[in-house]
Amino acid sequence: MKIAVCMKRVPDTATRLTFAPDGQSIDTSEVQWVISPYDEFAIEEALRIRERHGEGSVTVITVGTESSTKELRQALGMGVDDAVLASSEEPLDPIQTARALASILESRADDVVLFGRQAVDSQGAQVGALVARLLDRPFVNDIAAISIEGDQVRIEREVEGGREVIEGPLPIVVGADKSLNDPRYPKLKEIMKAKKKPIEIVTPETGAPALETIALTPPPPRPEGRIVGEGPDAVEELIRVLREEAKVI
Amino acid sequence: MKIVVWIESNSGKVKASSLEALGSARLLADSADGEVIGFCCGEGAGEVASSILSAGAHRIITREGDSLTDALSDAFAAELSQIATSESADLVLASATSSGKEIIALAAGGLGTCVASDCISIRHEGDAFVTERPIYAGKAHHQQKWITSPAFISLRPNYGETVERDAALVDSQEATGKSVLKRTAFVEGSLGKKELTEAEIIISGGRGLKEPENFALLESLAEILGAAVGASRAVVDAGWRPHSDQVGQTGKTVSPKLYIAVGISGAIQHLAGMSSSRTIVAINKDPGAPIFSVATYGLVGDLFEVIPRLEEELKAVLQ
Repeated sequence: MKIAVCMKRVPDTATRLTFAPDGQSIDTSEVQWVISPYDEFAIEEALRIRERHGEGSVTVITVGTESSTKELRQALGMGVDDAVLASSEEPLDPIQTARALASILESRADDVVLFGRQAVDSQGAQVGALVARLLDRPFVNDIAAISIEGDQVRIEREVEGGREVIEGPLPIVVGADKSLNDPRYPKLKEIMKAKKKPIEIVTPETGAPALETIALTPPPPRPEGRIVGEGPDAVEELIRVLREEAKVI
Repeated sequence: MKIVVWIESNSGKVKASSLEALGSARLLADSADGEVIGFCCGEGAGEVASSILSAGAHRIITREGDSLTDALSDAFAAELSQIATSESADLVLASATSSGKEIIALAAGGLGTCVASDCISIRHEGDAFVTERPIYAGKAHHQQKWITSPAFISLRPNYGETVERDAALVDSQEATGKSVLKRTAFVEGSLGKKELTEAEIIISGGRGLKEPENFALLESLAEILGAAVGASRAVVDAGWRPHSDQVGQTGKTVSPKLYIAVGISGAIQHLAGMSSSRTIVAINKDPGAPIFSVATYGLVGDLFEVIPRLEEELKAVLQ
């Protein structure tokens, strides 16, 4: 069983963002980086698939600067076998990122490629789907369960109105949702082992962008709010402002 | 300018968010002498098309066929890519629902391009589409310009406008796309449950509710308002509510017209998922709770006193 996980490092949500003077990016010098939370579910599931099958390998892949090796080491510390860094100093748009990943994945013949359902910084929920199309493999996002029997895969996911079961042949590309598992904490022994695991650095094919950044700015401030009152007696005023000012009920 | 709009439906009923995508497309097209093509695909497409004739499309293309029975997004996306190509679309637009995002991403990928995802505004400047979308958990807004064609954009629900126009012409076609994977079973969940991302009103509860059973208070209020019920991460992690109800960074990003946070302190992870809501009401007994910093209207008080009163008075006003 050959498994790849594509992950992204993102600023911790609690991090305060500082905008760069060019108005097109954030100042990353003070940013606290973490593995995007949904990617941790993807890594955990990859390890569980490998464990259930009693054999196989899990490779973690990311696109970014060389400082991303820190988060790759974290994944290796969870039990991933090896890592690939598609090195890119330039900011990439989603299709460029997808091409970079696809250029690495196409020669690997993975049975399963896992992504997080979306990165929590760019929130696009698309790179997994783009990679799947570039590789001409089927894709299912938001998966809540996955099991593999021979060359057949069975997936469950929550959709509107219920839970659907999806079946078909390998290979497949999937996006992990939160309900999939609880990611493990790296054990000290694994962290020590991770220091010796290989990280291959490659220069990927990214091609031309489809989108160009015009501006990255703080959101417009929300209109100043106010306290309408205290306790149940303030309910009448709350209903009044919702009907007459906000006109939402 | 030619815009193809992916029309999403559920059991033959069009999604309100797709009507917004259609209306927004028409407003863009009207300003540039353009054409809007609505695309309905899958079982019941004809029925859906006839329900949206006057919703802004100049033309509606339907595709149905046996090959789409139990098909998944890849098959629908292949049909959408084909329409985008055969119509020489400048823009392919979908509503940014879970399903809409998956289909438009696959359709874009099939044509070697990507998506401006979950946008809150779309402009046409010169010859290019310019989009704006919240990123970094809502702490930044990203404006991007399309430098390739066609553009693929998904529009955040509750951020579009509906329109009424002359009836569209309908062109019925046969679907040919096939899905590699199949849906082999479907287990119905809580029937008639409202999808959070598309709801116009959401009432969310947190730790302040003290016991999972107390969510009944919110459910009963939700029924009066026609609202969906959401939850904070704390109560989902505690197993009180399913993950599908979670609003926030590792849950759903929602932007209803009215968001009512009850007994939720307002951790940054929660604000990440709801701070783009139009009107926010916070009900919390702690006046220092961070949720009040994003609230349009705050009510400081014990929710166990406030919510029953709110329900009683709303009943009187609305019914």
